[in-house]
Amino acid sequence: MVIQEALFWFLTVMAIVCALGVILSRNPISSVLFLIATFFAISGHYILLNAQFLGIVNIIVYAGAIMVLFLFVIMLMNLNADTEPQKNRLIQFAGVISGGILFLVVLAAMRTVGGTAVDHTTTDIGLIKNLGKVLFTQYVLPFEISSVLFLSAMIGAIVIGKKE
Amino acid sequence: MPIQHYLFLSMLLFCIGIMGALMRRNAIIIFMCIELMLNAVNLLLVAFSKMYADAAAQIFVFFIMVVAAAEVAVGLAVIVMMYRKVHSVDINILNRLKH
Repeated sequence: MVIQEALFWFLTVMAIVCALGVILSRNPISSVLFLIATFFAISGHYILLNAQFLGIVNIIVYAGAIMVLFLFVIMLMNLNADTEPQKNRLIQFAGVISGGILFLVVLAAMRTVGGTAVDHTTTDIGLIKNLGKVLFTQYVLPFEISSVLFLSAMIGAIVIGKKE
Repeated sequence: MPIQHYLFLSMLLFCIGIMGALMRRNAIIIFMCIELMLNAVNLLLVAFSKMYADAAAQIFVFFIMVVAAAEVAVGLAVIVMMYRKVHSVDINILNRLKH
């Protein structure tokens, strides 16, 4: 139990620090690298929550495929110069204030939520076997529709991206 | 681990994503902040799935990842085309729809 709490706090601090690094670093490449580190921390949380399949999928799909796509685009555009134009101070300040106020409102609303603990007994609902059973019986229609979504997204990306 | 810890962690990540989307001018960074917000929601769904011992929430997370992947493919194609037209990803220049 102690090692799980220590891992929880380590992953929490890592996720928050890396998320702050995403929005504060000037260089887009280091932003992408910070975001990959955030995804690894979130994957660690998934594994702590007995969602092993989602943890692995998060690393493969997000950190492996999506962020590599971002890196390719940034390097293709030659954006890795540090001379990125900044919004003026007032708009940055307003953005921070509005995000912080949203956080405070939800914090105040959720402060009195009943403290049901996420128990740390190991369950096996996060394994591929159980998730696959649920996915291919109860949620088979959304699964098929998502394949159509992927096909249309693929065709759309090609049509938008091709030179005329 | 109480559920509030996961609630506050994912809320904090979500608010950091909102702050980034409001603060930055680079369209790609704004896109990455949206990914960060989606991941905060995913983390909370997985925590609730563990709390209620229900596999449906993890299926929802799976579908959110599917939609995010499709969104990234189309969105990055749009950004690349915009870059080809105006040679910038600064969102203050990308206001052509106004005129």
